[in-house]
Parts: sequence; C-alpha cells; structure tokens
Amino acid sequence: MIEARGLTKRYGDKVAVDDLSFSIKPGRVTGFLGPNGAGKTTTMRMILGLDRPSAGTVTVNGKPFAGLYSPMREVGALLDAKAMHGGRSAYSHLHCLARTNGIPRRRVDEVIGLVGLEEVRKKRAKGFSLGMGQRLGIAAALLGDPEILMFDEPVNGLDPEGIRWIRTLMRSLAAEGRTVFVSSHLMSEMEHTADHLVVIGRGKLIAEAAVTDFIAGSTLSCVQVRTPQRDELELAVIAAGGTVQPGGDGELEIRGLDVAQVGEIAHHHGVLLHLLAPARASLEEAFMELTADSVEFHATTHATTEA
Amino acid sequence: MAALTTPQRPAARAVPAPARRPGLVDVTGSEFIKIRSVRSTYFTLIAFILAGIGFSVLFAAGQVSHWGNSQSGIGFNATTPTLIGVVMLGELIIVVLGALTITSEYGTGMISTSLTVMPRRVVLLAAKAIVFTAVMLAVSLPTSFAAYFAGQAIFATKHASTTLSDPNVLRAVLLAGLVVPLFGLLALGLGAIIRHTAGAITSLLGLIFLLPLLAQALPNSWYQAIARWLPGGEALHPIITTGQSGQAYSSYLFGAWGEFAVIAGWAAAALILGGWLLYRRDA
Repeated sequence: MIEARGLTKRYGDKVAVDDLSFSIKPGRVTGFLGPNGAGKTTTMRMILGLDRPSAGTVTVNGKPFAGLYSPMREVGALLDAKAMHGGRSAYSHLHCLARTNGIPRRRVDEVIGLVGLEEVRKKRAKGFSLGMGQRLGIAAALLGDPEILMFDEPVNGLDPEGIRWIRTLMRSLAAEGRTVFVSSHLMSEMEHTADHLVVIGRGKLIAEAAVTDFIAGSTLSCVQVRTPQRDELELAVIAAGGTVQPGGDGELEIRGLDVAQVGEIAHHHGVLLHLLAPARASLEEAFMELTADSVEFHATTHATTEA
Repeated sequence: MAALTTPQRPAARAVPAPARRPGLVDVTGSEFIKIRSVRSTYFTLIAFILAGIGFSVLFAAGQVSHWGNSQSGIGFNATTPTLIGVVMLGELIIVVLGALTITSEYGTGMISTSLTVMPRRVVLLAAKAIVFTAVMLAVSLPTSFAAYFAGQAIFATKHASTTLSDPNVLRAVLLAGLVVPLFGLLALGLGAIIRHTAGAITSLLGLIFLLPLLAQALPNSWYQAIARWLPGGEALHPIITTGQSGQAYSSYLFGAWGEFAVIAGWAAAALILGGWLLYRRDA
C-alpha cells in the first residue's frame, strides 16, 4: 500500500508534482500514466525517499520510506536500469545490495535465476544490453521478496520478447497479492498490463480509476447501432437514460447504456436492429481525450472517478 | 539468453526476516563488497604501492650512486626521502580512490539504488568512510614500512641508513602510512559535497597544493599564522621528518602529531559537511 496525500514538489517556481493524492493497493497492477515530464519519476523518487516533498506526505505501508524496518523486504524498485556501476559484475551488484539488508547470498542466485541471467552472472554490467540491464534491475528489485514493487518505465527500449516477459512478471507479482506500481507513457502497454490507473498531467492528478472504468468513461466508448427504425429506438434509449448521437455510415452511437441494455430495449420495443456492437475506446484514446481536457481547462476539470 | 521463468510465490517467504534492523554493520559489509568488486580499487592501490616503494628505491639508488665509491652518506637524513613517495605521490593517487568511493555512485546513478536499499543516508556515508579507512590502512601502513625498509637497504650500502629505533623514525614511518588515508577521507567528504569525480578531485588538489602555495603570497606574519592550519604544503614537514640532523621544520608549525590532527580535522569537517548535505539534499 502506497498512499500519497497532497504530495507536491517544487523546483524554484516550477511545480513538478502538484498536490497529488492517491492510494496504490495490493493485488493489482496500478499503471502510472502521464506524458513525458508529467512528474511520474519525481513522484516515484518521493515515494522512495530520494527526493523530499515540498509539501504533503507519502507513506509506504503507513510509514515514510526512511522509517521502514528493512526497506528491501518491503519495497523493490527499478527506477533506472542503468543506475549501477558498470564495472561491477551482475552477481556483485546484487550481492552488495542484498548485504545491506542482511539478505542471504542464496537469494542472489535465486533472483539471477528468476530473471534468466545465469550465464552472465560474473560478467561486468557495462557490457549488458538494455534488456539484460533491465532484467538485472528487476532482479535487484526482487531481492528482498518485497510486497511492493515499483517500476519506472520498465519496457522502454525492450524488444517484444522482453516486453512480454515484463508484462507477465508484473501480472504474476500482482496475482501473488503484491502491490505493483508501474509507470509508463506507453498506453497500449498499460492497457495490457494494468488493472488500475493513476493518470497525471503536468504534475496534477487527472484520474484514478480502474482501467475498464477509465475506458468506459471515454466519450469514444459507445454502442453502435444500425436500424431502420431510428426514431423509435432513439426515444426508447433516451427514456432509458441513454444518449444518442448520429455516427458515421448511418449508425447511431449510444452512450450511457451497455450493449445488453440496448439490445433489450430494442427487443422490448420491437425495433429491428441491423447492427449492435460495442465500440470501445482504446486506453490511448481515452487518455488523449482526458489529457487534452486537462491542458485546455487546466485545473478546473478534475475528472476523478473512484473505482 | 536462458529460458525465462516466471516467479511463483513460494508458500514461505523467499527471504527470511532480518535478525535485526539493517544498519551500519550490514551497510559496511555491503560497502566492502562494493570496493573489492571494481577494478579501479586494485588499479589505484597497486599504483599507490608502486609509487610509494618505487620513489623510495629510485631516490635512494640515485643518491647512493651520486655519492660514488669514495664518499659515504654519514650524517645524511635517510628517513624522509624514503617516505616522500608514499605521502606526496601517494596522496595524489589515493584521493582519486577516496573521491570515487562516493562520486562513482553519482556518476553511474547507483546512488539512487544505494539509498533505496538503505534510506538512512548518514549510515551509508559512515560505512563508506569505515571501509575506505580499513582498506587504506591495510595497504598504506605496510607500504610505508616497505618503502622505508627498501630505501634503507640501499642507503645501508653507504652506512647512511636509519633504523626504526632511531629518534622519531618510527613516528615518521607510521604517520606517513596514516596520513595518506586521511587525504583519501578528505576526498571522500569533498566527493559527498560536490558529487562529481573531477570536481571533487580538482577542489581537493586546490586545497592541498594550491591553497598552501597561495598562502605563501601573503605577508610573512600572516602566512606564519595560518600555515599550521593548512592541509598541505609546509604542514606536512613535521609529519615526515624526524626533526633530526638539520631536518628541523619551521617553528610556526605544530609538531608531527599536531599537524596530523589538523589534517584529520579537515577530513572530519569535509565528512561532516558531506554527511549533512547528503542528508539534506535530494539524492
């Protein structure tokens, strides 16, 4: 559990993170979305106690990070895969980290096995590819078998196999009941990985919602209908609390009702349907819509939906 | 790449609970792993040993050959020249190792990882200082003695050698081996303040070489008032001389242990300021 309350970071008169409040709960993958420069990394650094908030608080399992009894057993973090001494071997890198929290050496071998770096364990990290470096960083995060895992842009620069591996890893970590908090600016990736979203733009919270709610909340999500009895259906839909707009190709776009409800209404009113299909916005479309709003109206629209 | 496995949550925790709250002992162990797992440590230490002993041997051999067959070196102060390499060349090399102990973490970004696994920052800096001191003492004291004995073995051919039982010789050899780690610690402190390898080393060289030089440009009475407080220049003389046979140092300086304490004070001040800044600033 990670809880931010009014978290703010100012650099001079530039506000990098602006009054952020959110809770990251266990058992699911929470995606941390926002354009580059939105304040994701700064927020993560404040969670880890690396940067000091200008205002507000953030706690990990109810404590500030520096107050954790054995930090590696509670939080594993990958901020920057290149943040290691290139002259040190993969094994020594993990060994020196494990040693700080009294984690036994056999666990170092275990995590090397988990991320598939056995063959290069004695090789210096300098010669590692981006993907191998990312795996080594993840191995470091897993060392303490922590309940909370944080990854900052973990799929950046990875090949499809590496991306799939990380996605599977994050899903399984969450399935084990852990808290997984992962930042990305790649919407399509998050759509596949995350259950829940914290969306920020310009350091401000734009939305905190389940992925499905987030997408359903987009105006681009609707039920598409084609019918020869447009007026009858339109009246019935409006009566049922939905809204109707003409779409392309002579279709109607219905919002506020799901596919099943529209089908039932049509059946009930004896309306003949030629097409009944859900049109689902992609996460990217929903995101663009929301962030465009936030840019346009600045802080006035806080489209915060609670899951 | 080996076949990838997806971790399965074992029934029991994969990592046993800690016997105690991780602290200085654990971080010191970690820092020891760090310092011995990079090549630069070995390169700098070998360079230091070679410079310390090499200078002593070369100087002694040169001096002996200069005397030729006819003369002998009776009355010559044979102690100090065998220690100059350890202190003067040695400090140049060891300050690099001292600064790198922390600046390499800033250069690579490792500092974020280190502070994430050990958020109590002053503990991290203390562990670095402890490990650096221990490693340095294990190398610099034997090097100092080796340089001394190697030089004396050559001076002995001209009956010019000293022994450790001669007045103040043991003190000079000991202090030479002890003062070098202090310069390294001063560099470590500056590294924590400046967080950049080249910047830390440059400012350190300014402090130990340039500052004493600039001080000499001051009016004589001013210079004599501050010279004893500087971390270099004349202040090193009491440390590596025996005060015997015309090797007396200027009277406005402290004695050998006094000047040693001054340098220790500089190192302590740099470490304390570095620790405070490490604690205060964003990593």
